[in-house]
Amino acid sequence: MSRWLPPFLRLGLLALLLAFLFRPAWFSGLLQPLVQDGAPAIYNQGDLLTLTLLHLRTVAIATLGATVVAIALAVLVTRPIGAEFLPLSRSLVNIGQTFPPVAVLALAVPAVGFGEKPTLIALFLYGLLPIFENALTGLTTLPPSVMEAARGAGMTGFQRLVRIEIPLASPVMLAGIRLSVVIGLATATIGSTVAAKTLGEVIIAGLQSNNLAFVLQGGLVVAALAVLIYDAFSALERAAARRMGRI
Amino acid sequence: MRFRPDKLGVVIAALALCGVLLAPFSLFRANRIVPGEAKSLLDSLPAWAGLLLLAAVIAASLVALARSPAVVRLAVAAVCLVALLLGIGLAALHLTPPENSYARVSPASGFWLLCFAFALLAADAITRLKPKPLARILFLAAALLVIAFVLLSGSWDELSLLKEYANRAETFWLEAGRHVMLALGSLLAAVVAGLPLGILCHRTPALRGAVLNSLNIVQTIPSIALFGILIAPLGWIALNVPGAAAIGIRGIGMAPAFVALFLYSLLPVVANTVVGLGGVPRDVNEAARGLGMTDSQRLWRVEFPLALPVILTGVRIVLVQNIGLATIAALIGGGGFGVFVFQGIGQTAMDLVLLGAAPTVLLAFVAAIVLDALIDMNAKASNRKTTA
Repeated sequence: MSRWLPPFLRLGLLALLLAFLFRPAWFSGLLQPLVQDGAPAIYNQGDLLTLTLLHLRTVAIATLGATVVAIALAVLVTRPIGAEFLPLSRSLVNIGQTFPPVAVLALAVPAVGFGEKPTLIALFLYGLLPIFENALTGLTTLPPSVMEAARGAGMTGFQRLVRIEIPLASPVMLAGIRLSVVIGLATATIGSTVAAKTLGEVIIAGLQSNNLAFVLQGGLVVAALAVLIYDAFSALERAAARRMGRI
Repeated sequence: MRFRPDKLGVVIAALALCGVLLAPFSLFRANRIVPGEAKSLLDSLPAWAGLLLLAAVIAASLVALARSPAVVRLAVAAVCLVALLLGIGLAALHLTPPENSYARVSPASGFWLLCFAFALLAADAITRLKPKPLARILFLAAALLVIAFVLLSGSWDELSLLKEYANRAETFWLEAGRHVMLALGSLLAAVVAGLPLGILCHRTPALRGAVLNSLNIVQTIPSIALFGILIAPLGWIALNVPGAAAIGIRGIGMAPAFVALFLYSLLPVVANTVVGLGGVPRDVNEAARGLGMTDSQRLWRVEFPLALPVILTGVRIVLVQNIGLATIAALIGGGGFGVFVFQGIGQTAMDLVLLGAAPTVLLAFVAAIVLDALIDMNAKASNRKTTA
């Protein structure tokens, strides 16, 4: 997919999202037909903006941690010293992806208790895999001629890594981070089943009180965030790829 | 000559050492809800069994440290894993006072750490052996047989997990059936609808962007929200379409969960069909046209078989993802293993969570291995076809 959203749609979506978060009352007329017997149409057990920011914070912390660890691991297994781990790490990534996020979330609870922590752990573990896989692909498919040239120019292993390998692999790594963020945004909503403060709270409140307006607004805010963030990362990737002369 | 340890062996030995020395092997609780009392490996088991298991762990760590052949490593890892499985069952038997049906024994972090260490050793050995697809399925079958044997032999009956199971054996199989129905049924529906859609997108590029973009947007909607959003339209259909309610369409329950899983499954199926068909070499297509094949002959005899490995990769993604997502169905009354997971979270009874989570993970794992093997077999077959 070359372009995800045309620019005017992107700006329109952003404006709509911000309007909804700052002035939810404007939209209550729109959502009113979805609720019965005068139930509230806009989530009223907490501030939507605060929940959105907490949601984003949870995803950001987990993804940041996952990015650092996954890239460090990918670098390690592609160096001579860690080469023995390369085949195993590939199969581990493959196996790890079969663990459902709900299971990870639920099993983290006895270790760390309810709240934000199990959500962070689940998001971190789940975010590791796409980033690691992509970083590995990026670092193992570098053009051999470039690597030869770098070696010929007398660069040390560390210089090659920092100046050549990581910049060249960065578009693919960014794609992994993008995937991980989008999965994280959706998975964080499930975190509310173990009492984490995320937008999932709105959806679950809606499911419990049979209020479709809550379910819809919680779901659509997360979806809008995911689309916008996906889009921003795609733009970043294109910029990185252009700089690396891969397009 | 200097001894150079296997690097992975160092990691495994360190994990195993932590598992034995630092972490508790089992957790004993006077009843289901109270906080537990951690027991070390030697405290959990009768003396002979504890020492035997300890010796096995140490011997296996040494084998892992030495640069031993992969077959030996696999055998040692398998023996240790079986010993651990039997050990935790024995620990439950040993720790539970006689005639006491309230006491609960569950595996603790040390047990999991040891399992992880030896599973790692086994995974590494299998990776080094590079088994053929059929051999991988045989390994899987052997592992499943061992698990079935441990469960059926009754050696785990005193374990808290199995006590939770015994209390709700009937519901367990009912929910298991629902879980599989949801995951497989929605996959089947997605393949039936997604393949023609993918072929259509391949033939008419104008449609491709629009279809893939809208399916992409569906994927961004969080699963619990999509499940919830579908309650309304399905409730409406049940009320207003004659006969809909009779075939089981309702606002809550399995119907919205099924539709949500179906919608999530469409993207990987359609996208991989498009990619697979697009990857068929142009000269193969030209040759088929030159032979005078019609469009539909070309599709079924040439393009489709060549695209099959890529399409199967899509199916694998969908199946593994669906098995995981089907747990969420429990939140809207759709059943499945999620019922136990969410009940367990609600009662802070972790063994109940495990009763839901463990079969889900196992199911996803089996599905991934079997489909990976199928993909490999097909990829080889279609490679042979193009080069022949």
